[in-house]
Amino acid sequence: MENDRRADGRVPPAAGSGSKADADLARRLDSLSRSLDAEQREHEAAAAPRRTDTRGFSLGIRLASEFVAAIVVGAAIGWGLDKLAGTTPWGMIGFLLLGFAAGVLNVMRSAEKMATIETKPDTGPDED
Amino acid sequence: MAEAAQADSVDPIHQFAINDIVTFGEIGGVKIAFTNSALFMVIVVALIAAFLLLTTSGRGLVPSRLQSMAEISYEFVANMLRESAGTEGMRFFPFVFSLFMFVLFANLIGMVPYFFTVTSHIIITFAMAMTVFLTVIIYGFWRNGLGFLKLFVPQGVPGVLLPLIVAIEVLSFLSRPISLSVRLFANMLAGHITLKVFAGFVISLSAFGAAGFLGAVIPLALTVALTALEFLVAFLQAYVFAILTCMYLNDAIHPSH
Repeated sequence: MENDRRADGRVPPAAGSGSKADADLARRLDSLSRSLDAEQREHEAAAAPRRTDTRGFSLGIRLASEFVAAIVVGAAIGWGLDKLAGTTPWGMIGFLLLGFAAGVLNVMRSAEKMATIETKPDTGPDED
Repeated sequence: MAEAAQADSVDPIHQFAINDIVTFGEIGGVKIAFTNSALFMVIVVALIAAFLLLTTSGRGLVPSRLQSMAEISYEFVANMLRESAGTEGMRFFPFVFSLFMFVLFANLIGMVPYFFTVTSHIIITFAMAMTVFLTVIIYGFWRNGLGFLKLFVPQGVPGVLLPLIVAIEVLSFLSRPISLSVRLFANMLAGHITLKVFAGFVISLSAFGAAGFLGAVIPLALTVALTALEFLVAFLQAYVFAILTCMYLNDAIHPSH
């Protein structure tokens, strides 16, 4: 847009043969800069997914381990409680369900934290 | 003998075997020995100490290349800690920096062929995760008293749901050392096994003459690509371990949600 306006402003449309070459040059410069812009945008678009790929990889592993860990802890507590109190299988069932809920909570929380870190890296998430 | 050597080269688990180097006898039925794992831990610590001491010995106001490497690692961890735990968290800087450097160097040293990867054993990562976990609990109670328990009670929850929510929060808290240790250990273990398996394909395929030689190109290329990925994972896992430590320490300092 700005390039267009500048080219138009600098070169009056109805002029002599000397400025006709100028207008031609301006038009060609304009189209060159536009195609350069387009190419750069393409480059940026091509470069962007690579970074998110590695980030997504680490994020996926993080979330998966958070989820599984809570379930494992829930199962372990339930099993231990059953062993001690002889309430088989109710402790296992109850704590497995609780562990599942805690896993979902873990995943939600760490996804949220990752999002806040990624969007505003300069301000600390000092939420009080 | 040759058969055993061949089995070694193909068995992807063999690289994680722990061997005694020096045995010091037994204490209460438990063998006390200096193992290859311990040797590599010593190597890692010695390397970190040498790296930091030698690169900063110049004390240039305008840092040399090596000195700025040491400074970058300092700044990196300091910023990470300041951003997630506030300036008050900086009292834990030596702790977090040691953890980060140890995990990073252990992961990177493990990438050298024939070297042992310390962090591929869950007992090591679990010990580090428990250190973080206990630090959070002890410091949290020491600093906030019983106010630390506010961590488990989110605000604005109706009274009926509160017992359930608190139970879930406690479970979520207890799962932290597990997820912290399993993530690092599983990443290193799986990565090294995958590398070994693909590298093993190269050897076994090239035993089949010319066609096998050509076929071995594919696993070889994959091994090269996986090696690059493993270097990325080595850094990434050290980073994730350190930043989660920072977040957990933040909970100890500011327990309210």
